[in-house]
Amino acid sequence: MIEVRIHGRGGQGNVVAAYLLATAAINHGDHALAFPAFGAERRGAPVAAFVRMAKQPFRRRDQVAHPDFLIVQDEALLHVPGILAGLKPGGGVLVNSRRAASELGVEGTVQTLPASELAVEHLGRPMPNAPLLAAFLLLSGALPIDALKQAYSERFKGATLDANLKLIDATAAMVEAGAWQETADAASA
Amino acid sequence: MRQALEGSQAIARAVALCRPNVVSAYPITPQTHIVENIAKLVADGELKCEYVSVESEHSAASVALGAAAAGARAYTASASQGILLMCEVLYDIAGLRIPMVLTCANRAVSAPLSIWNDHQDSMAVRDAGWIQLFCADNQEAVDTTIQAFRITQDTDLPVMVCVDGFTLTHTLEPIDLPTQDQVDDFLPPFVFARALDPRKPLSIGTLATPEWFTEARHSHHGAVLAASDAIVAADRDWQQLSGRGCGGLLQVDGPEDARIGILCMGSVVGTLQDAREAMPALPSARIIRLRSFRPFPAQALREACSGLDQVVVLERALSPGATGIVGAEVRAALYGVANAPRVQNVAAGLGGRDMPLTLYAQLIELAQAAATTDFAILDVELDKLPAEDRYPEAAVAAVSGDRS
Amino acid sequence: MSATTEVSVSLAELRENQPRFQGFVGGHRACVGCGQALAARLVTESAGPDVAVANATGCLEVFSTAWPDSAWRVPWLHSLFENAGAIASGMEAAFKARGQSTKVLAFAGDGGTFDIGFQSLSGMIERNHNVLYVCYDNEAYMNTGVQRSSSTPHAASTTTSPAGRERLGKRHMKKDILQIVAAHHMPYAATASVAYPSDLRKKVRRAMEIEGSTFLLVHSPCPLGWRHDGAKSIEVARLAVTTGLVPIIELERGALTGSMPIREQRPVVDYLRAQGRFQHLFADSAEAREELEHIQALADYNIERYSLRGTGADARDTEGADTVSRGGVRWA
Repeated sequence: MIEVRIHGRGGQGNVVAAYLLATAAINHGDHALAFPAFGAERRGAPVAAFVRMAKQPFRRRDQVAHPDFLIVQDEALLHVPGILAGLKPGGGVLVNSRRAASELGVEGTVQTLPASELAVEHLGRPMPNAPLLAAFLLLSGALPIDALKQAYSERFKGATLDANLKLIDATAAMVEAGAWQETADAASA
Repeated sequence: MRQALEGSQAIARAVALCRPNVVSAYPITPQTHIVENIAKLVADGELKCEYVSVESEHSAASVALGAAAAGARAYTASASQGILLMCEVLYDIAGLRIPMVLTCANRAVSAPLSIWNDHQDSMAVRDAGWIQLFCADNQEAVDTTIQAFRITQDTDLPVMVCVDGFTLTHTLEPIDLPTQDQVDDFLPPFVFARALDPRKPLSIGTLATPEWFTEARHSHHGAVLAASDAIVAADRDWQQLSGRGCGGLLQVDGPEDARIGILCMGSVVGTLQDAREAMPALPSARIIRLRSFRPFPAQALREACSGLDQVVVLERALSPGATGIVGAEVRAALYGVANAPRVQNVAAGLGGRDMPLTLYAQLIELAQAAATTDFAILDVELDKLPAEDRYPEAAVAAVSGDRS
Repeated sequence: MSATTEVSVSLAELRENQPRFQGFVGGHRACVGCGQALAARLVTESAGPDVAVANATGCLEVFSTAWPDSAWRVPWLHSLFENAGAIASGMEAAFKARGQSTKVLAFAGDGGTFDIGFQSLSGMIERNHNVLYVCYDNEAYMNTGVQRSSSTPHAASTTTSPAGRERLGKRHMKKDILQIVAAHHMPYAATASVAYPSDLRKKVRRAMEIEGSTFLLVHSPCPLGWRHDGAKSIEVARLAVTTGLVPIIELERGALTGSMPIREQRPVVDYLRAQGRFQHLFADSAEAREELEHIQALADYNIERYSLRGTGADARDTEGADTVSRGGVRWA
């Protein structure tokens, strides 16, 4: 079972990101659950959402306490106390940042991606979800990238969809595919 | 077709498949996504119904009441404070024997303010005379919603479908949404024999003098008890049609020779089941999930408890100054039964407190404890409270008080 | 003068043959001289058979339906005290969804309209449900034993605004519900009085023609609460109008479009003296005299505000009589 925690600020669409990731897993034939962390729903406040995905059905609905991966939608959130809490040893952290991973001062397996810049380029708005999710799937190999594209095509239409699909392709060229494959395989086993 | 849907979205789609004539709603977290999704289906022309955006939950329930009395299939949804504001209307709907369906997105009740999940809201109106069905997951929320529309017109009793706020309403998961044909086969067109009609005028809601009130209450009580049959029949028929049942009145799961039982309601059941699998070193408990809280399935419960030495009732609400609510009713149902198990009663997951897998271990430990727990709230962190609010004696007495 | 022919016909037979539809019939338990019972009969007669009634808790509901009896010949639903507006909304939505033309009537007293039911009324008219809402205004909570409501007129003595050594009855003003209702962009909101039945009937028919929310405030004497002889109900109700204390007016989309002229204004003391609830105002004290002056000023203000002063002889209240001068749509 792969467990992911997605951190963002209210309004950045971190619950939508979780829903998209779980939708991709479900469309792929896996079992998945995505749900928000329970906390104040104030715009701009740090918020989190969870995704649990597995080849076999599961029934648990507790919050994800020990994620295998973190997706951080805003690098400033790294300064929020407890942001890395519970991350499994060797777990991967994907951060939306223009800087190199080594510059962030975060212990562990960190990857960065200038997701906001990529989004501005393709969508005209700094919505980092598509690049981050695409990068996560490529790094972990958890799901084929087409499953993500299908999840997008269920939620969006027209020009927005097209731009997001192009954004996913553009991201693919920037990521070291399979870098987190081992961690993901271990979690799934 | 199996698809990824947020619970609220799936419930909204299920409601639409039941072809309601009138939907009334007032927004409250965590019910909002349900009524927003219905409003969108109406706006997009995918659902033809009168959608009435009212000015309070009191009016949401009242509009549904008036609509059903005038012959419409009626639906509303609410939670928490909204359910409490509706309270007197809920009693009225049931007493008038008005068929309708309400989704309660279960949430804690103020004060202190909490928008998160427990069961205090639907417990607060448990005596209103409604049927109350609690859902284990979002597939069940969909299937139970459809069954509820059938049960309500079979019994002339309103049905409250209880789904855990956030834990179900805001969770995306794989859901098999039935087809319109399946639902149409299952659910006949809405007919209300006592509908307001100028061609045969009836007076509904008259004054009952003491000569009549007792009889009215008796017939209502009898009807709720008898609704067990309609609940079981609807679940059976739906299972035949869709391949999915929801357990009828209650669901029993676990080894036949289990000595420990855990009784719960709502979506925590899945966490307990997975925990039981994840902790093979612990005794494997029989997990009893009450689906129907009203009518209270006392006989089915006695059967489900047979052979058990211990039952731990885990619930999501309490009656301060007394015990848990479900716990008290389980004890009453088992009272005087030969070889009845001891009943331990605890509340957990209040106001959205997470219920992790380790909860299972706690409950097993409680079942194995020598001391009887009349009632206690689990996981109270006493050091968060000022000294005068800790009530250590009460906590100790509750957790380990010996009934000798 | 045309010649008349005498025929012999019993009263019972005459009643039997009268063409008028009756939606609310005798045999109920109202007090002698109840203005509300009379008003409910007039309203349902005029509204006709294709209606359904949502009735708030109150005297009307209690005296008309003790199980297993009912005085209603139209479909009738009582739910609660404060939700008549919402119940009526739901009924209307159901009829609309089912393609049924039945008009919904909502009936409530002043407590169920001005006070506890105010929110559901406001919601109903904001959403413009096709409902005629009739408030039978007897100016206090009569069903529970004459407690003050926000409709109780200034200085009236009730059990919760009693007159005593320190107090001269209710200290506050009667809420101007008509203007509040009219402020909801109401197509039609009007006052009426049981003392003027043909005017009341016309207003009901007018409201029935309108697709949308309409509101009728019917001044209805309560001999028990106002403390007057039940035989004098109509006289007392008429004095309320001819003193200027209860202006009979019509508002369409908030604009004054009709009013009942007052040809010979009667002093308010004539109205007040006829009722026990105002007897404390006739004590020999400066405060009481001052209060009477205030009430007279209120009546005079109403007459000015709505231009109620009329000329010529007072009209008789018969069908088609010129009781109301209308500046708006002519429909009478």
